[in-house]
Amino acid sequence: MKLHEYQAKNILKSFGVPVPNGKVFESKDEAGKFVDELGGSAVIKAQVHAGGRGKAGGVKLVRNAQDGADFAGSILGSKLVTVQTGPEGVPVNSVLVEELVDISRELYLSITVDGGEKSLVIIASEEGGMEIEEVAENTPEKIQQLHIDPVSGYQPYLGRQVGAFLSMDSKQTRALSALIENLVNAILENDLSLVEINPLVVTADGGLLAADTKMSTDENADFRHSKNADLRDAEQEDPLERIANEKGIQYVKLDGDVGCMVNGAGLAMATMDVIAQVGSSPANFLDVGGGGSEEQVAEAFKLIVSDPSVKKVLINVFGGILRCDVVANGVVSAYKEIDVNVPIIVRMTGTNAEEGGEILRSSGIPATVAHNLAEAAQKVAE
Amino acid sequence: MSILVDTNTRVLVQGMTGKEGGFQTERCIDFGTNVVAGVTPGRGGTTHLDRPVYDSVKQAVNEQGANVSLIFVPAAFATDAIFEAADGGVDLIVCITDGIPTLDMSKISAYLAKKNVRMIGPNCPGLTSVADKAKVGIIPGNIHKPGSVGVVSRSGTLTYEAVGQLSALGIGQSTCVGVGGDPIIGMRHKDILELFEEDDQTESVVLIGEIGGTAEQEAAEYIKEHMTKPVTAFIAGATAPPGRRMGHAGAIITGSAATAESKKQALLDAGCHISDSPGDIGITVQKMLG
Repeated sequence: MKLHEYQAKNILKSFGVPVPNGKVFESKDEAGKFVDELGGSAVIKAQVHAGGRGKAGGVKLVRNAQDGADFAGSILGSKLVTVQTGPEGVPVNSVLVEELVDISRELYLSITVDGGEKSLVIIASEEGGMEIEEVAENTPEKIQQLHIDPVSGYQPYLGRQVGAFLSMDSKQTRALSALIENLVNAILENDLSLVEINPLVVTADGGLLAADTKMSTDENADFRHSKNADLRDAEQEDPLERIANEKGIQYVKLDGDVGCMVNGAGLAMATMDVIAQVGSSPANFLDVGGGGSEEQVAEAFKLIVSDPSVKKVLINVFGGILRCDVVANGVVSAYKEIDVNVPIIVRMTGTNAEEGGEILRSSGIPATVAHNLAEAAQKVAE
Repeated sequence: MSILVDTNTRVLVQGMTGKEGGFQTERCIDFGTNVVAGVTPGRGGTTHLDRPVYDSVKQAVNEQGANVSLIFVPAAFATDAIFEAADGGVDLIVCITDGIPTLDMSKISAYLAKKNVRMIGPNCPGLTSVADKAKVGIIPGNIHKPGSVGVVSRSGTLTYEAVGQLSALGIGQSTCVGVGGDPIIGMRHKDILELFEEDDQTESVVLIGEIGGTAEQEAAEYIKEHMTKPVTAFIAGATAPPGRRMGHAGAIITGSAATAESKKQALLDAGCHISDSPGDIGITVQKMLG
């Protein structure tokens, strides 16, 4: 789950990682007043679950309370479109107002999980700022990656290696090592999957400050972090995707016109691929899940058909835990409830495929039956 | 002999007395798998599916000679169950459970290495050695034909799809493994390929990958350097959108390796036969076998 910058900074602060003095506001006037409290100048940042805010006009340096209130007023309640949001954008419901920082260097520091090494990895670079992925691609020698062994845990020698890589003196290296150790503690205690500080600012007086940060939690660990529910901002999610997720369906809206209902994420992706190969385009990714019930299948079917861009529906189910008769019953019950004016192509195989086929046939639903994936794709293209 | 599980396999099931665990265990038994015990703390001394149930893995290993543990326990208890299995003396753990915290898997991986225990999963369909009648997982038993093609894949139904296509063309399988889709898993594609390369029952391999991570590149490197058996590969997700991600750390680790195109190219460079469409996996293997 993604966290807002202000939430992430609250967590960093509570683990002793220095962050700029700042506060989050939902009202423009209070935001403006706080600019005064900070001495008349501040940086105001839209709080959204996406990067690229600066270029999208979601961040501004203001020099007095009125400017602060005006800028806050101009973005609060609007939608911000960045390179990471898609064309519909994400709503700005709060702004973070922070003191200005006296910058001498901008560094990059993150800790995340490396599946290949099966451990946490510290990633550091002298090239803090916007284009860190390009730095990684074009000049990989400017990026340092150090793995943290899960048994030994973080040890200061790792911090010393990062400090040396970033050309820090010994005093600054000690501060950096303490900061990294605090980040690791924050990760382990909160089951975070990512902490990224970009930039990590070296201030004019030599101190370290997490000027901007991105943080995600591992949703698999929600069962032991009951407070995570309060950190969730569902408004940052796509409305259809949110409805789907609440029903246990994995759904992602896409640009095409062939609605797909599939069981299993891998097969769902493969189904999208095969649709594209015959010159059509998928309207969505949908994984109805392994343990899907008849009700879930019905909800999934309704969700797909509710998308006005859907002109055809392909149901592709390889019955395993989820049986084909359950899928067929779910589709039939949804079909009876709503108006369906688009052709349906069904490919069902695996557990109880014959029973499922019989349920569809006897229901009178005008579905075209395909016997394998290649044939299903052909029928979609016809 | 097939890989990982065979006629010598003696399976204990952690979570056999649960609804899902019981249902799936019955299907393993129907397939011919030698399930020797269940383990459910607090249910020791009872029987379930005509098998003895023990309170601990150690007891099931000591009294029934179990050497493989199949885990169905809920995510909140699965970490404990995996550590218990590794400490209890089995050689292989197959964990079907999904939703295990990633940082738990990091600690588990280090412990498994220390104990020299292999693991398939978590969040996986498990594996089936077809001719040896050892199904340790949830891959439907009736989709197989015994034969000499090894299958390694990440997720459930796409594995079934590949197996289904092979069987429909009369091409049988040796062992089919779904390694799981979580960020940190036990055995990865490359680890399975190493076993297939040494397995005398396996004559060729089907490798199914997906976008994300670098497992397919690792596999390609192994194939290029060491593999003598022919490999057919398919990568799912070429049309999936990049998605609304956050931060850059993931991209820094994988670079452009996470894309379907990059994975396909790496496997092609390693000499694999590439199936461009998920509908053509079986046909591609048929052509490769001549």
